[in-house]
Amino acid sequence: MLKRIFFLALLALGGTVQAGVAIEHWQSPVGTRVYFVHSPALPILDVQLDFAAGSMFDPPGKEGLAGLTHGLLDLGAGELDETDISNRMADVGASLGGSLDKDRASLSLRTLSRPDRREAALAVLEQVLRQPRFEAAILAREQGRSIAALKDALTRPDTQASRAFWAALYPAHPYGRLSTPESLAAVRQPDLREFWRKHYNAANATLTLVGDISRAEAEALAQRLSAALPSGEPVALPAPPVAANGQRLELAYPASQAHILVGMPSVVRGDPDFFPLLVGNYTLGGGGFVSRLMQEVREKRGFAYSVYSYFAPMRQAGPFQIGLQTKKEQAEEALTVVRQVLTGFLAEGPTPAELEAAKANLIGSFPLRLDSNRKILDHVAMIGFYGLPLDYLDTYQARVRAVSAADIRRAFARHVQPEQLVTVTVAAG
Amino acid sequence: MRKHGVALLLSGLVLALPVLANPYETTLKNGLKVVVKEDHRAPVVAHMVWYRVGSMDEVDGTSGVAHLLEHMMFKGTPRVGPGEFSKRVAAAGGQDNAFTSRDYTAYFQQIPKEKLGDMMALEADRMRHLNVAPKEFAQEIKVVMEERRLRTEDNPQALLFEQANAVALQAHPYRRPIIGWMNDLENMTAADARAWYDQWYVPNNATLVVSGDVDHQQVFKLARQHYGPLKPRALPVRKPRAEPEQTGIRRLITKGPAELPLLLLGWKAPRVERVDGPVEPFALEMLAAILDGHDAARLSRSLVREQRIATSVGVDYDALGRGPALFYLYASPAGGHSPEALEKALRAEVERIAREGVDEAELKRAKAQLIAGQIYKLDSVFGQAMEIGSMEAVGLGHQDIAALQARLEAVTAEQVQAAARRWFGDDSLTVGLLEPLPAAAKPPVATPGAGHHH
Repeated sequence: MLKRIFFLALLALGGTVQAGVAIEHWQSPVGTRVYFVHSPALPILDVQLDFAAGSMFDPPGKEGLAGLTHGLLDLGAGELDETDISNRMADVGASLGGSLDKDRASLSLRTLSRPDRREAALAVLEQVLRQPRFEAAILAREQGRSIAALKDALTRPDTQASRAFWAALYPAHPYGRLSTPESLAAVRQPDLREFWRKHYNAANATLTLVGDISRAEAEALAQRLSAALPSGEPVALPAPPVAANGQRLELAYPASQAHILVGMPSVVRGDPDFFPLLVGNYTLGGGGFVSRLMQEVREKRGFAYSVYSYFAPMRQAGPFQIGLQTKKEQAEEALTVVRQVLTGFLAEGPTPAELEAAKANLIGSFPLRLDSNRKILDHVAMIGFYGLPLDYLDTYQARVRAVSAADIRRAFARHVQPEQLVTVTVAAG
Repeated sequence: MRKHGVALLLSGLVLALPVLANPYETTLKNGLKVVVKEDHRAPVVAHMVWYRVGSMDEVDGTSGVAHLLEHMMFKGTPRVGPGEFSKRVAAAGGQDNAFTSRDYTAYFQQIPKEKLGDMMALEADRMRHLNVAPKEFAQEIKVVMEERRLRTEDNPQALLFEQANAVALQAHPYRRPIIGWMNDLENMTAADARAWYDQWYVPNNATLVVSGDVDHQQVFKLARQHYGPLKPRALPVRKPRAEPEQTGIRRLITKGPAELPLLLLGWKAPRVERVDGPVEPFALEMLAAILDGHDAARLSRSLVREQRIATSVGVDYDALGRGPALFYLYASPAGGHSPEALEKALRAEVERIAREGVDEAELKRAKAQLIAGQIYKLDSVFGQAMEIGSMEAVGLGHQDIAALQARLEAVTAEQVQAAARRWFGDDSLTVGLLEPLPAAAKPPVATPGAGHHH
């Protein structure tokens, strides 16, 4: 199937909880922060644990350790080997998944809420949290697979562009350190255990529960899962990134299209400028087909299939990013258009009509952000992990409504400095 | 309209037995079928129009026109200017998009529920009144060529699948890529797009699917109001273009910048023509689940975890299509292992099932996943509309969704074994291999002082 466009709206994850979907919050006896949404309409339970255990915590020279640790959690734990874990989940129709980014490592379980099914699935999850094995033979296998996958990814222009971009934005911060075949190979078994103990502990975790269980059941479940985690301390963060000077990087690559990224370190999750940036970026490059970048680059000139901009708020200043891919012969021309659009927007902000259109969409589409348990889980877990206020979603629409064009110009001036923008172009050289 | 009374009757039943009554359907006088799935958990609606026309209905020389037309559908009518469609959806707090497959082309908006009528007005307007202006066409064909570069030309794995498909199938139009061959795109004209639209975009070739927080009677009424006035027209005859029988193994090699080889084995396989038809496609679906349904399913467990001959493996089999099905196994070899050894290992897994059968526990596990999946899918309003629309578009009905599940749940271990014996011979096999070319990426060259200054 060919979707007409990729939607890239990371900022939109600054999500929501609609009126009537109440977040209940408490702390388990061992210090894990718990977030619960009672959702009885479907016989489903979603459980997510989030740890400050993303790749920003990789030790220098062992980049990839966070990913390997996360990847090995469910490949053998306690009495269960990797096959037992997968089979037992499948036997009850449950699935254990996870994700890892620079800030966060997540484990998520979706199970039927029927007591016998969920009990079987939770018993496996409890083992995974309590006693991952980190077996040497499995580590060796997964290291080999990770290195092979990385080498393969390095042959793709989008990977090359993205890596060069992050490295250039964060030359002295862990966000800019990326795994290499050598750094993956340098990881040893004791490194995993040490990383796990430091990061996958009760004080460094948030637990989010959404589904068809009662508050009392949620409390018991939270107590049980958090008690399975080792005790420990919340991890400390590195010094925040310092903006570097702007530069242009060009990588030669044998492809028909140039991949272009423009951006800089920009915004922390929880920044009060979030809403002006959200509303402003809708007009610049976040609002799908109606954004200025889409109009100028795609609709008027046919230069690209996908062109976008977004702010990605992170624990420490995450990037502002513009991206597109275009036939290599017209890359410079397309980049010129992108710069004109950005310059114009920074100078003038949105027109009154654009501002109104942005608000109409962001406010009107609010219910779509929360129309499934899965989406509610994603948003509540994000709120919990980043410590956003519990009424963050209740006030979402009002805060969008309150944004003025002047707020947007001020917020963009604070978070996008033209002289600090990094431009990466991967094209045939 | 005849079904209107039935729907009324069923709506009395909905209080007691919502699962049996929901979804609801009717057919307008102009032939537009309307299916409504009520789901009142959130105040949102998915509104979709599915046209029963996809890339398989194209002819040589204009491959990609189905998808190109999908793009042109956002380029305006006499009443709604170019780009205005998406603007109005956005202003309504909605998200819109569209997609093209071999079998169908579909358009959708996800919206707050009170905007459904507005969306119907827009979608009905472009069902019969599209402008295919040469100026808009000239821009959009460039966008589609960029899309092909992004998805296919610069993606050696995608090129392997495209080429293997074109080798496995020779007569049936599934052999062509959905996005079209680049040369066909380069030579496409606005007249080609116009002709496609005139032939296929009529209410009697479409299904309207609405899911979400709606009352089905209200949706039927809105549908009659907005889509009812559109005139039907006879559709062109669709030639079957059946694929002749393959009588020997076919092999191909593609080359591209990559680190890992990718091996692809595709066998001709049966599809579901009727929900009460032969058991084979259902048995093959269960075989696919046993081979690749979870992390410790047979292929991953044996090839990746135990033998360590592959870094990754996968199965692809879709029995629900208008055209011929292929059962694909694919894998990348782990360091030091040849594609030949990997091919043997992949085939050995199917042969083992043909020889020894499957465990009852494995089959039960695959069915447990299937049954739970039926509950999980209810979590997505959009997903429910997708399922209904795709069933209708491939010629089955939304009524068959439950029956299909029942057929899968009834598959026995013997039937899985029989399918593994029957469908995996040499004569219907196509083997494709991506041979990596050394990547030529060089370290980045910095240009100090060439930043983005103003």
